[in-house]
Amino acid sequence: MIEVRNLVKKYGNHVAVDHLNFTVEKGKIYGFLGPNGAGKSTTMNMITGYIASTEGDILIDGHNILEEPEKAKKCIGYLPELPPLYQDMTVMEYLKFVAELKSIPKAEIEKNISEVMSTTKLEEMKYRLIKNLSKGYKQRVGLAQALLGYPEIIILDEPTVGLDPKQIIEIRDLIKSLGEKHTVILSSHILSEVSAVCDHVLIIDRGRLVASDSPENLSKVMTGANSLELTVKGPEEEIRKALDMVDNIEELIYHESMVKDACDFTVKIAGDQDVRENIFFALAEAKYPILKMQSTNMTLEEVFLKLTDSGEEKEDAGDI
Amino acid sequence: MLAIYKKEVKSYLTSMVGYVFMAFILLILGIYFTAYNLNYATPDFGATLSSVTFIFLIITPVLTMRILAEEKKNKTDQLLFTSPVAVWKIVLGKYLGMVTIYVIPVIIAACYPLIMGKYGTVSYPMAYTAVIGFFFLGCANIAVGLFLSSVTESQVIAAVLTFGVLFCSYVMNGIESFFSQTAVSSMLAFVVIGIIIAFIVYQMTRDAILTGVVGVILVGVTVVLYFVKSSLFEGAIQKVLDLLAIANHFDNFVGGILDVTGIVYMLSVICIFVFLTIQSIQKRRWS
Repeated sequence: MIEVRNLVKKYGNHVAVDHLNFTVEKGKIYGFLGPNGAGKSTTMNMITGYIASTEGDILIDGHNILEEPEKAKKCIGYLPELPPLYQDMTVMEYLKFVAELKSIPKAEIEKNISEVMSTTKLEEMKYRLIKNLSKGYKQRVGLAQALLGYPEIIILDEPTVGLDPKQIIEIRDLIKSLGEKHTVILSSHILSEVSAVCDHVLIIDRGRLVASDSPENLSKVMTGANSLELTVKGPEEEIRKALDMVDNIEELIYHESMVKDACDFTVKIAGDQDVRENIFFALAEAKYPILKMQSTNMTLEEVFLKLTDSGEEKEDAGDI
Repeated sequence: MLAIYKKEVKSYLTSMVGYVFMAFILLILGIYFTAYNLNYATPDFGATLSSVTFIFLIITPVLTMRILAEEKKNKTDQLLFTSPVAVWKIVLGKYLGMVTIYVIPVIIAACYPLIMGKYGTVSYPMAYTAVIGFFFLGCANIAVGLFLSSVTESQVIAAVLTFGVLFCSYVMNGIESFFSQTAVSSMLAFVVIGIIIAFIVYQMTRDAILTGVVGVILVGVTVVLYFVKSSLFEGAIQKVLDLLAIANHFDNFVGGILDVTGIVYMLSVICIFVFLTIQSIQKRRWS
């Protein structure tokens, strides 16, 4: 669907995007993740053809964005960081203007607008001036604008910034439902959002792609092996003995517990097996009750920090 | 393109700007019309039009200052330039929208000779040639304003720039008289212009060799031409500066001549500035 090859953007001497390579497949939701100033918006602006790249190619459905801009742009609906709204228009006038701009056939305009308005829940605001709308509604008008004409690719730059928690959940659900029919790319620096919504995460730092995988795989890969957090009531030695009976336990690390008469363990498990049931039965047989058992995959937050921090260290080392 | 055109016309007609623009033209023209043609009873409508050309200095910035600067400021240009519409169509749609707003007072002005005709003999061909010239003059001024609106984000700066450029063009006759008619002074002026062009080239490309080549060629050709045929330079700087005085090319229309070179000149000014506008937008995307 989208192919980005060797993309570079320089502003004077500052390299905003540094040899970026990735492909976006059809019908998935992609999350663009990175700290502020990582080059997310710049990359999105280049994909949508708002600014030109210094080097490299972007192919949208086989069309180069710089050589066949009209064909390529036709496949894309874009919601920039700041929704591009004309404050003196009503919602209806604005959407009509965008529909005409995207040259949607006249017969379909009415139907298309009313469908888009119902997906973004804008019907009540139809005849209100955009300047009088709240931030959340403005964001929705921006989203409605991107959806008009049902382009195959929808690109959203930080779609939930400035919304209240209820609206955030609504917009997330909306994005999820969009993912069924469209290819969606969204950028964010909120990790929970990305892990909740996206099928695939691209992490960028300082204009470079540092990771590209599904959110589950990313957290798994980063921890290396599976491990469990365990709190058991009983003396350490006895529990160790009981757990020796369970296969596939690689290592058992003891921590002092906050609970009285109990022990905390970190259990490292070899391979991909699920040994939770075995642990339960082993301890049940020895009559040591399990107070807590939890798998410790690294959260996306930790993965993100680790990836973006290690980049920093590398760079510092390079400077020396 | 049609969508942009419709949006621009509508936004001028739903905000104050369009009405202020039209009302101001009609007010000033009305005062001069009453004074010259009604009270003083001259049948020459062209003279009335030619004495109100100064209104473009004030009125053009009012119309053009927001056209691109505001889009950039509000980031709505992101919508336009990521939509499947070519940049030249966007610019042309906007330009034609402004011309449409300008046509309305011109059409109303075109009724004035008919009013005069009720009470005396009026040369209609002369009057309407002047109206056509007046229309083209306004279109050329609007094109200049369009370009200057594309170079900045601030409407105020766009307005001041437009006023400044149009004012210089308006008083170009006076500026011409600063230079003497002799060939030497013309030659020196061209040398200075050649150096300025080379400097601009350097500012744009940061390429010392290219700048040197351009500068040497321009200055060299000027000097060589001067020694070969110095009569070529007599009054030449005046001719060149005259090209920058847009309103001067309106004078023939006032005299009742449907001046083809004048129309070609106005159309060239329009094309050049619309083209420059497109280029300035493209340049911003590439830098």
